[in-house]
Parts: sequence; structure tokens; C-alpha cells
Amino acid sequence: MTRELKLNGQTISTNAQDGTPLLWVIRDELKMTGTKFGCGVASCGACTVHIDGEPTRSCQTFVEDVEGVEITTIEAMSKDKIGAAVQQAWTELDVVQCGYCQSGQIMSAVGLLAENKKPTADEIDEYMWGNACRCATYQRIRAGVQRAAEILEA
Amino acid sequence: MTLTTSRRRFLQGAAASTVLLVGMRANGVMAAASETTDINPFVRIDATGRVTAIVKHFEMGQGPSTGLTTLIAEELGVTMDQIDYDFAPSNPQVYNNLLFGTFQGTGGSTAMANSFVQYRNAGAAAREMLIAAAASDWGVDESTLDIVAGQITGGGKSAPIADFVASAVSQDVPAEPRLRTPDEWRLIGKEGAVKRKDTAVKIDGSGTFAMDFHFDNQLVVMIAHAPRMGAVVKSFDDTDAKGMTGFEMAKTLPDNSGVAVFADTTWNAMQARDAIVVEWDNTNAEMRSSDTIRDELIAGVEMGEATYQTRGDQIDTANAISGAAKVIDKTFYFPLLAHAPMEPLTCTIEPIADGGVVLHDGAQFPTFGHMTLTQVLGLPMEKVQVKTVLAGGSFGRRANPTADYNLECAMAFALTDRSRPVKLVWSRDDDIRGGYYRPAFAHRVRVGLDEAGQIIGWDHRISGQSIMKGTAMEPMIVHDGVDHSSIEGVADTVYNVPGMSVGLTDHAKATSVLWWRSVGHTHTAFVMESMIDMIASETDTDPLELRLSMLPGKTPAQTRMAGVLNKLAELSNWKAGAPDGQSRGLAVHHSFGSFVAEAVDVSGGGDDAVKIEKVYCAVDCGIAVNPDVIRAQMEGGIGFGIGHVMRDQITLTDGEVDQTNFPDYEPLRISDIGAIEVAIVASADAPTGVGEPGTPPSGPALANAIARAGGPRVTMLPMIDEVEFA
Repeated sequence: MTRELKLNGQTISTNAQDGTPLLWVIRDELKMTGTKFGCGVASCGACTVHIDGEPTRSCQTFVEDVEGVEITTIEAMSKDKIGAAVQQAWTELDVVQCGYCQSGQIMSAVGLLAENKKPTADEIDEYMWGNACRCATYQRIRAGVQRAAEILEA
Repeated sequence: MTLTTSRRRFLQGAAASTVLLVGMRANGVMAAASETTDINPFVRIDATGRVTAIVKHFEMGQGPSTGLTTLIAEELGVTMDQIDYDFAPSNPQVYNNLLFGTFQGTGGSTAMANSFVQYRNAGAAAREMLIAAAASDWGVDESTLDIVAGQITGGGKSAPIADFVASAVSQDVPAEPRLRTPDEWRLIGKEGAVKRKDTAVKIDGSGTFAMDFHFDNQLVVMIAHAPRMGAVVKSFDDTDAKGMTGFEMAKTLPDNSGVAVFADTTWNAMQARDAIVVEWDNTNAEMRSSDTIRDELIAGVEMGEATYQTRGDQIDTANAISGAAKVIDKTFYFPLLAHAPMEPLTCTIEPIADGGVVLHDGAQFPTFGHMTLTQVLGLPMEKVQVKTVLAGGSFGRRANPTADYNLECAMAFALTDRSRPVKLVWSRDDDIRGGYYRPAFAHRVRVGLDEAGQIIGWDHRISGQSIMKGTAMEPMIVHDGVDHSSIEGVADTVYNVPGMSVGLTDHAKATSVLWWRSVGHTHTAFVMESMIDMIASETDTDPLELRLSMLPGKTPAQTRMAGVLNKLAELSNWKAGAPDGQSRGLAVHHSFGSFVAEAVDVSGGGDDAVKIEKVYCAVDCGIAVNPDVIRAQMEGGIGFGIGHVMRDQITLTDGEVDQTNFPDYEPLRISDIGAIEVAIVASADAPTGVGEPGTPPSGPALANAIARAGGPRVTMLPMIDEVEFA
């Protein structure tokens, strides 16, 4: 069956069967590869997208559950006010190393700043806990979130 | 080989040539037959004067796409905004790692060390050829000209390099181009002068990792791997996969190591693989449990003589210790560890029109991948291309003498009619359970102290499975039976250690093993630095003062190691100590040519959960080409080391790996570790490693902090069995 999804402000159709993770609709079918596959069990956060603005693990979100909701991926972040601020902060601080987790880190950071304009280090740690970075860029992620908060405040 | 021997040869061998290319611009628009000139194998300039550095080392986050580009930009005389980078093709004659012979590959923290002179030479040669072309045209002396920010300038004239690219290639290739002197450097070693070149594509989803390759007619293959090392396929049943959406076929790999399951998409391949039932032949499989292996390793350091006496004389040492006033006797154990890079292993083999193939891979050892494809597919070297793309981490895993995942993909491709690209995808479960681990190791150390607390004997025994034996690396690293990577950091310790003997006993093959970020130093630094801290406690000596006393400056290495300790003391305000309620642990180690000292401040300990509040780090890696990349590598190396000693291990039950994915092989999380502050020791020495040297001291610094906080003295890893972390 064909379904319509709302992704990055556009309506797209998919033939994915029930039970197909949104991650694989995005990557395999739509060929949008900014959203990464890291673990498949919602344990690393590399696949984080926004569902109605809420950071969500797309590897454990199924296509039949996302009809009619707003799906947003990393590819749309430069047009998002908070997303652009986070990307600017990430650039200023050279946060990335291998970069494979960073799409997910940025999606979570944007979710955090949307609900908390000025998070403390502890609040960042609590919110970002589920986004693993094997390169351990954590202290720059922490600083990046706080720098993005400053950029948004200015 | 020294770093400079190939200088002349490369410049002469680099037949400068002009080639007409049609390429894609960065914005994806097809460039209209723009003329692109390879000034030499490392410097390409297009008709608009835009420069591309051809980077021979892959990018797994450690920074060569920035670092090697910096070297070209510095010598050529362009800004970092005027230069891009591209990864070199597989060609070990031209793009070899100068420390590895005729072999192209990244490892051993050598990217900057082996490229520092080579890439500056390449940039300087390009500069001199552009200047020669302009000088000839303008009728001025070459010595009056320089290139500044992409403009050839001097003698009252100025023109962009674009104007002279075409005529530059007909100039003589300078055999010994003049390298800019350190006082001329605008980029090398300058704080804030260089931003990472790979940031932009890693923050907007546009960067291409091997996992991101997609060809419309591709087959995705996943392998049903044996649950036990050494098991082979007896038979399989794909009844349930047949009829599943997208399933194409399942076939046993030619070496019987697994069943290749082909489908149209990744998700469909995952589903089909799960539906296939394989019967395994365990005749030659590893059936032992890791507890048994652990007992064997510990027995290997407890008993009698070691197989190899790699330093000193064990009897002399034992005699010295027998007269000691005090003996500290400790046994250490280090479990198997997985690398678990964020991007699971993957690569794609694409057939092309000339009958050859292209391997698309985050290729750490392109030469092994290249050779593997030629052998499996029966193709000559020139019919196989390796295209390197961004790698989502490695920590050693993508560099494998067996080229294991390239080999799997090649075998799978060979099972098809070779008309369609084949993309191999590993899941995280494949990665955690699929072997190639940091080998398990045991150490036993007995240190004898005299009445005055001075060391009079150090009996050190090591047992573990050799990483290098039986691989192509053996001739380089194994000498007189001793795998140097099993004892590095102990037998060659920088410290003055009176009466030291070091014995090594190899443990029979238990699992497939592989170097893991910092190789032998992952365990040797932990043991050395834990023992020294125990000596400091026993003798009531300041742990920093004790270390300095063992580094009396008799060798340049001792001076540099003392130098990072002093820098760390300054950075951490050592004399004042940890903040109230916290305890500080110290460690220092020499690896990959660099010296790194670290201090970890923890709260808790005793009855309270331990929390890592702050880490200080001082590094001496010679000339600091990109200081911020170096800081990032120290931060990452520390996190990688600490995360694993805290709670990670791979265990086996009857030969099967118990762990499956991140929930039970838990990565370091952001909440586990506080801020890390890094100081770089100023140096005029040649650059040395930074990717690995941050890792070795981090574990023992944490262990020493926990012991000083009233917690246990952990010698059996992971710590989680004995220590509660906040």
C-alpha cells in the first residue's frame, strides 16, 4: 500500500510495509543519508529525527505510526532557526571528529534548545545521554549546545 | 626509512601532467570541462586557481583531511579557504605511508609524522613551479616573487595563480624546493588559524560515508556469520526468506565462513537474513568460555619461566627481590574489547564498463583491500580502483591484515553475475559479535623495594594472544619470536627501572584479534602507571615526584616525559591538589613517538559512587601542526580509554560472544565524564602521533584516582565489577 508522509515540509509517498522502521524509509527509499544507522535498537541516537519537533529514534519508529505527523531530518536543519544556530556553534567549536553520530547529536541538541533556552551542563548531560559518540566529542557537544544558546539569545 | 629519503624520488617520479577533467563542483553543478592540473600527485589546481590537496590518509575523525591540507596551503601560499581536499586513489607507489614501505595505509598514529616533510615538499614544489612560470613571463628573477593568499606577488607585479597553472607544469620539477621556515608559518602551529575542513559536510547530513553509497540497481548483502570463531557453514535453509519482499538469493560464501543474503534494500536484507536458518560445523570452532581463557592467561603469568625473556634476567631480578624489605605483587587482567566504530562496517563493489571494479570504502588500508579484490575477483591491479570516502570511526577496526569486510564483499560479489553493484552492510550485532577484538592480556608484576623505598627489582610477566603473528605484519613487528606490540610500553619503558626483567608468554589463539586504539599500550600503560602509583603510596611519596625521580633526563625521551609531567603540574595546579571532596590520579606514558600526562579528578570513592569531574592532559607531540585537532584527539582518546576501562568487555560462553549491541557493550556517555583541559608542550621536534597517545594514560589515571579516593585498587578490568560509577 502507498502512504503519504510529511517530511521536511513536503509530502512524500512510500510503499514501505508495516513494521518498516522510518530510518530505512528515509535512507533506502528516499535516499536521504544524513540520518544514520548506528545500532538499530534505539541505543545510540545516530538515527535521531524530529517527530512533531520531538527528537525521536527513527530506527524504532515504524512507518505506520508516522502518518500525518511532521517528520524533520538533519537535511532541514539549516533552515531552522535553532538548527542553524547549533550548526554555527558546531562550526565555531569544531565539534565533529568522524562525524557519523553528529546528525543525531544536532537533532537532539535542537530538541533540547527548543524546550530549554539556557540549559546547564547537567541538563545537557541528562538530555543528550542517549546520543553516543564513540569519538567522545562530548565536551565540545556540551560547549556547542551552550554556545548555540548564546547565539540564539543574541 | 627516514621521513626525508623519498623526497627527491617523489618529485622526480611525479610526472607533472595536465589533464582535462570534467568534474562535479562542490555545489553539485557539472563543471564545464574545466581544466584541472595535477602539479604533482599531491597538489591539483583548477582553471580558476582553486587548489585541491590530494590526501593519502583516510579520515576517521583524526584530522588528516585538515592536517595534510594545511601543509600544502602553508607551502603553496594559499589560505585555508582557497583549498579543498580529496582522498587519494589506491596507488602504493605514490601514496604509500613512508613508514610502511610500499604500502598505502593509515595506522600507528603516523599520518602527520610520515607526511610532514612530504606534503610540505609537494606544496613548495608547486609554489616554485608557479613562480618560475610567472618569473619567465614577467622577465623578473624568481627570488623576487612569492605566493601570498593565492596571488603570485613581487617586483611590483601581482597575478592569481590561476594565470600560471598551465605554464607551471612545463617548468622543471625542483629537486629540493625551499621549505618555508618556522618564522614564516601562517598556519602550522598557529592557534585559531585553521578550522577543520570536514566540519561542513558532517553537520548538515551531506557528507558521504561508505554506508551512504547507493546505486539504483545495487544488491545489498548481509552475512549470516558463525556464532563461534572458526565454525563453518554445514547447511542452511532459506525457505522462510523466499517470498519475502526484496529477497534475491542466499548463498554460502566460498570459504564457508557464512551465508551471504542478498536483497534490494538494507532493511529487506536484514529481514531476510533473520529468516535464514544455518547449521554450523563446530569441529574447528572456539568452544571455550572467556573465564577459561582468563584462567589460562593468568596461569601464564603466574608460573615458571616465560617463553620469551625480552628484557633483563628473571633469576637475577628474583634474587634481588628476595632481599627486598617490601614486595608489591599484583596481577592484572584485561578483557577482550570491541572497537565498535559508530559506522558499522560496510563497503560497496561497483562493476564498471572496462570490466574492472571500484571499491567504495572508508579505506584505512587501501592496499590490502586492493590486493584482496584482485585475488578474489581474478582481476589485474589496474582493473581495481579503491575510492576512499569518509569513515565513521575505526579505532583500528577498518585496518585489518585480512581485509575481512572487503574480502566478504568481494566473495559476495563473486557469487553474483557481477553486473550489479554489491553493498555489504554489517549490523551493530555483527560488529559486536563478529570478532577482531583487542586481545585479552594478563600481567603479573612483583616490585621489590629496599628499606629506603628504592626499587631494587621489577619482575614483569605478560601473557596474551599475539596480534601480529600469522599476519603480513609479522616480519615488521615480530623479532626473535617476540611480538613487540605485546610488550611495548613495558620492556621499552622510558623510566629508569633498576633490576627490571620482562617475560612474555604467548597465549594460543582464542579469538581473532586486532590492534585497538593504542595497541599494546592499552594494557601496558595501565600496569606500569598503576604499579608506580602503588609504589608512591607504599613509600608515602608524591606520585608526580616519584615519576620525575625515575626520569632523570638521561635520554631525550626522559626529558620530554618529565616535560609533560611538569606541564601537567602547572595546568592542574598539582601542588594545590584536587578540589575539596575530590581525589586526583595521575598517569603518564610514551607511545607513537609522543608523550602524554593526564590527571583525573573524581568525586565519591569509598562508599560513594565515583564521578569523573575533570581531566587534565599535557601532550608533547613535536611540532603541533593543528593545535585544536591535537586537543580534540586528546579529548577523544581520553574518553575512549576511560569508557572501556569503566565498564566494557567482550565475554564468551562456550565460544559464543555474550554481548550483542550497545545496550550490553555500553559506550561512554556524555554524563560519564566532565570537562577535559589540554595543554600542548611547545616543541621544535618533528611531529609525532596524536590519534592514539591520549588513550593509554587515561585508564590508569582513573584507577589511581579511585584508589586515592578510598576506593579499591582495580587491577582486573573492567572496573564496573568493583566500582560503582555515578
